[in-house]
Amino acid sequence: MRLREAILSWPVTRQLRPGGDHLALGAAARSARTEGLHPRTEDADRVVASICPFCAVGCAQRIYVKGEEILHIEGDPASPVSRGRLCPRGSSTKDLVTGPGRVTTVRYRRPHAVDWEDLPLDEAMDMIAERIVTSRAAHWQDTDEDGVPLHRTLAFGTLGGAACDNEENYLIKKLFTALGALQIENQARI
Amino acid sequence: MSGLLGPEGGPAPGTEGVRFGFFTDSSICIGCKACEVACKEWNDVPDNPLGFTANSYDNTGALGANAWRHVAFVEQGSTTADTGSASGDFRWLMSSDVCKHCSSPACLEVCPTGALFTTEFATIVVQDDVCNGCGYCVTACPFGVIERREADGGAWKCTMCYDRMRGAKEPACAQACPTDSIQFGPLEELRAQAAERLAEVVASGETRAQLYGEDPDDGVGGTGALFLLLDDPEVYRLPPDPVTPSRHLARMWAMAGAAAGALAAVLAGSLVGERRR
Amino acid sequence: MGSNMAECHPVAFQWVVEARQKGAKVFHVDPRFTRTSALVDRHVPLRAGSDIAFLGGIVNHILSTGSELRDYVVAYTNASHLVSEDLRLPQDLDGLFSGWDPDTATYDRTSWRYEGPTVRASAGRPGPAGGQTFQSAPTAVEHGAVSTDPSLEHPRCVFQILKRHFARYTPAFVAESCGVPEEQFLEVAQALCANSGRERTSAFVYSVGWTQHTVGVQYIRTASIIQLLLGNIGRPGGGILALRGHASIQGSTDIPTLYDLLPGYLPMPMATSHPTLADYVTYGTASKGFWGNTGAYITSLLKAWWGDAAQPENDYCYGHLPRLTGDHSAYRTALDMLDGKVEGYLLFGENPAVGSANSRLHRLALAQLDWLVVRDLSEIESATFWRDGPETESGELGPEDIATEVFLLPAAAHTEKDGSFTNTERLLQWHTKAVEPAGDCRSDLWFCYHLGRRIRDKLAASGEHRDRAVLDLTWDYPTHGPHEEPSASAVLAEINGWDAEGQALDGYGRLADDGSTRCGCWIYAGCYAGGVNQTARRRPGQERSGVAPGWGWAWPDNRRILYNRASAAPDGSPWSERKRYVWWDAASGHWTGDDRPDFVADLAPDHQPDAHARGPAALGGCDPFIMQADGKGWLYAPDGLADGPLPTHYEPHESPVANRLYREQANPARRRFPHPANPSAGSGDHRDYPFVATTYRIAEHHTAGGMSRFQQRLSQLAREMFVEVHPELAALRGLEQGGWATVVTARSAIEARVLVTERMPALEVAGRRLLQVGLPYHWGHAGLAPGDAANDLFPIVVDPNVAIQEVKAATCDIVAGRRPRGPALRTFVETYRPGPGP
Repeated sequence: MRLREAILSWPVTRQLRPGGDHLALGAAARSARTEGLHPRTEDADRVVASICPFCAVGCAQRIYVKGEEILHIEGDPASPVSRGRLCPRGSSTKDLVTGPGRVTTVRYRRPHAVDWEDLPLDEAMDMIAERIVTSRAAHWQDTDEDGVPLHRTLAFGTLGGAACDNEENYLIKKLFTALGALQIENQARI
Repeated sequence: MSGLLGPEGGPAPGTEGVRFGFFTDSSICIGCKACEVACKEWNDVPDNPLGFTANSYDNTGALGANAWRHVAFVEQGSTTADTGSASGDFRWLMSSDVCKHCSSPACLEVCPTGALFTTEFATIVVQDDVCNGCGYCVTACPFGVIERREADGGAWKCTMCYDRMRGAKEPACAQACPTDSIQFGPLEELRAQAAERLAEVVASGETRAQLYGEDPDDGVGGTGALFLLLDDPEVYRLPPDPVTPSRHLARMWAMAGAAAGALAAVLAGSLVGERRR
Repeated sequence: MGSNMAECHPVAFQWVVEARQKGAKVFHVDPRFTRTSALVDRHVPLRAGSDIAFLGGIVNHILSTGSELRDYVVAYTNASHLVSEDLRLPQDLDGLFSGWDPDTATYDRTSWRYEGPTVRASAGRPGPAGGQTFQSAPTAVEHGAVSTDPSLEHPRCVFQILKRHFARYTPAFVAESCGVPEEQFLEVAQALCANSGRERTSAFVYSVGWTQHTVGVQYIRTASIIQLLLGNIGRPGGGILALRGHASIQGSTDIPTLYDLLPGYLPMPMATSHPTLADYVTYGTASKGFWGNTGAYITSLLKAWWGDAAQPENDYCYGHLPRLTGDHSAYRTALDMLDGKVEGYLLFGENPAVGSANSRLHRLALAQLDWLVVRDLSEIESATFWRDGPETESGELGPEDIATEVFLLPAAAHTEKDGSFTNTERLLQWHTKAVEPAGDCRSDLWFCYHLGRRIRDKLAASGEHRDRAVLDLTWDYPTHGPHEEPSASAVLAEINGWDAEGQALDGYGRLADDGSTRCGCWIYAGCYAGGVNQTARRRPGQERSGVAPGWGWAWPDNRRILYNRASAAPDGSPWSERKRYVWWDAASGHWTGDDRPDFVADLAPDHQPDAHARGPAALGGCDPFIMQADGKGWLYAPDGLADGPLPTHYEPHESPVANRLYREQANPARRRFPHPANPSAGSGDHRDYPFVATTYRIAEHHTAGGMSRFQQRLSQLAREMFVEVHPELAALRGLEQGGWATVVTARSAIEARVLVTERMPALEVAGRRLLQVGLPYHWGHAGLAPGDAANDLFPIVVDPNVAIQEVKAATCDIVAGRRPRGPALRTFVETYRPGPGP
């Protein structure tokens, strides 16, 4: 560190320099870092329009992105629903999506195992597809005893969707209905 | 909206020299703690894990190094009292507390390093790169706002989102506040607004409602953060008569000077900026 | 009522705060004094589970004081309709309506119908299995020769039936049943009437505090009756506003991941009654209104799903749809799972091990699966029940006992994917992807698309008939990016649909039943009008005209208030200048105003339909309720409900109080799930479990905790599970502020930290002290803020119409100290004998 600069920038010295703020209460007391302060949102590469993922009020959010990482999330004042405001849950969105609580790799638990193990995503997807195909074939109900068509299986079901997008719910319903699954449900009942 | 505010709710360009502040209208505070969370998100304030305090819904406790906004919860009276009202004489008061950004800031007056300073918006900010962690400000603050953080030794408190203000953005707590209980703006306008709102609230039957921090003749010269309270300040655990020790200014300066001298001697052997590990 | 808006929907509550500052009077009628109560004009505490008594009292007040908006009631509701001579009311039958069959525990609804030979039930009539209703599809009733008496004097007209039925709901009855003093009740009733009419409107806001009861649907029906009588439906500032809890819970009901519905509230076909498309269409079509076009809606859906394979000669692949024979709701499925009848389960952002009633039973059920796929952001309890769940601690089930194979697939957050949410006011809003998801995190869109692709590959060579439904599926969405993410816009475009020329539909009016149009969800037609994503529109609210029509897109047709024809008087003019919204512009011959008219645009107020007209053409100029088969708002439901044509007060399934009205204690049609793992306490007295337990949310957490207990910011605000009790209860049971208490019911026992507070009011009910126990339900065994799950305490017993569980009122006891550990826990629960009651 350059000693002279350090001495000159030390608050006591700045305070004593000609034209300084002798009471050290105002502008003279600013450090270089303070001088450079600005909202980090100004550094964002882009601002992305989003909607809060918690409750169903649908408050608008602005997501500030820098270097392909989320810099900050706050309310969007343009929204006629929320006028830029967010509740504690909405205000915590960045922690929700970038915090250490997120699981980012597939976790696999074998029958009777006491802990997780790793599993490549591609392999997991194939295994899940296999489970569905097998359960479906083993427990297919073509008709009832009277020959009335049922075209279904009760071997597997799905639960959830209220936290998903409309497009996701649409594909869940479309795929699993085509597979003959009836037990498709979500949080609408809880 | 004030002409002194920009489209993002912060100080419009060219308003340097105008005093900005908060007006916290506790009559419309829903105690949701959005302010606490928004503040922590923006300022990256660490966790303050108190666990369960059994003090109504307050698990934050008090303002401090890791809590720059704190919502107080006060349960008064009884829901079963026979007062002719369905919920008896019960009241649940909530108010979001914050640094008062005093007109005569004791913290700043005792700060030997100049870490605390008055910004161009007349708010009081501590510079963590300058602060040496001496802690004088902690004992000086008549509100118990500023506190040293164990983890880094520095003194920390609300900056009124000084960085946001410099970019014409409203402080994070005020922007998030769902009911606009926390308002940000030019202090003079907020004072007028507060007086007007007080009249409404009193007229609606809240006869104990009062403003806090609006009196320029009080012990801290009035505050940059005004509050409309529905009861006496003590009820919210706010000091009823906060005093900046500046009437003992000479003595304080003597002490500060001695401290600074001692400090300089120490610093001569070590470089500035080595305060922290 | 039944909503804690300030805590659960804080940002929406800004509008209530603002309205109040402008002079609106706000009441909070709720068992607890919450952060909502703190901000309103008056909190009126009532006993959990007694809302129909309170609301019925308001109906009686309106009718006995003549406070109804008469012109609205006569023209727009079914008040004048005559009902069958065979109808009997609960006052005649000791708590039952006519038609009760004790053997099947269901109603035959014939006697509830309107008088007249052509009236018959349509969609929503009883299902074949056990006669219960499994469908919540809109009800359609054949329109035709319904006899009416516009003077509303005929003893069998709906208006007079209402008067008779609700006459017993006096202020004294309200006081006895709800614990609300008469003068407090009257203050609410009078304020509501004074603030309704031509010049003023009033609104009800509710949430799961109303729905999570065995009579939940009838709670909302009672509010509907009040609002129709007062003229508060279809008008600005009026309505019954449901505040829903999840970002797209409305969307997941509209495009239903629900067993009994197809997109747009079309019913799932039933095996015996709808073998062919023609049967289905006949069943689901109303003679009047927009349910007259059901054939167009279902055909367009089948075309969207099975594309060119769907042809008239194969019933547009109608045979590919699986058939219902009974209840397959989540609770039925959980019990089937427990009994080993279900092999596999996939969870999409839902946490039944904490969030569902009798969550302990759900954990036991998950342990019986062969395979389980969990898609979530964190290691939620439903993914880790086998490792460190409460049953591991109690020694009931260890990992070595549990054969379930578990795949936890990390989900992408909303910031990592494109898509639309539908909010609680039917507003679709698009969120744009900000960053790529990390590691193995993927959207559910990605998961479904690629899972479907893999399954189709595996079945490609199959000659099995059952596999045609999978192989014929239109499943060719464009993908992009490093992970081959399917295009959410392309999916939305399919939901919106196309006409015969491949142009995006601009509304559901364009749908045809001849296979020429494709549409994935008819009520969403128009959300991609002009090939433009209308849900991504963000014309700032500050520039809004009235209802901000340029922000997002509301179904249907971007209408912001449903049934808004009713915002004008029968002659088409606004009810008042103050409340003008949509009105008839005689000069242009069109409805106009601040919103898209929710009506046929050029249908004059005095229009009389042709006697032979069908569907929308059969609507008259004074039929604002365009989805109802008679065009009227239903004060009385001649069909469609499983538990009565009118709401009537029943006690909760478990209640310490006897029903004051009649012998029938609880809703006789409520659905129970008898099972050793789902026991119930007796009902009607307080010796069993003396206190009322109720669950709720707090502002600091979100639902079953999956989005709040795994992150620091929210966890630190409320780290520990707590229980709220009145000082009287604390004294009675020796509970200490901040100490531990154990809450016990017939199902289980949990521990929580004690918060002694006046906010949990003690009430006078039927001459004795009634004490309530408040339990936030956010906690579970995992995360940064672990704790016992309140839902362990509640039984699976559900509303017969919609299969929603009763977790807002059950009976419990509470004792000081922590709960037993290890095997002692089950022993404690099973041998528990309550101490002296209040």
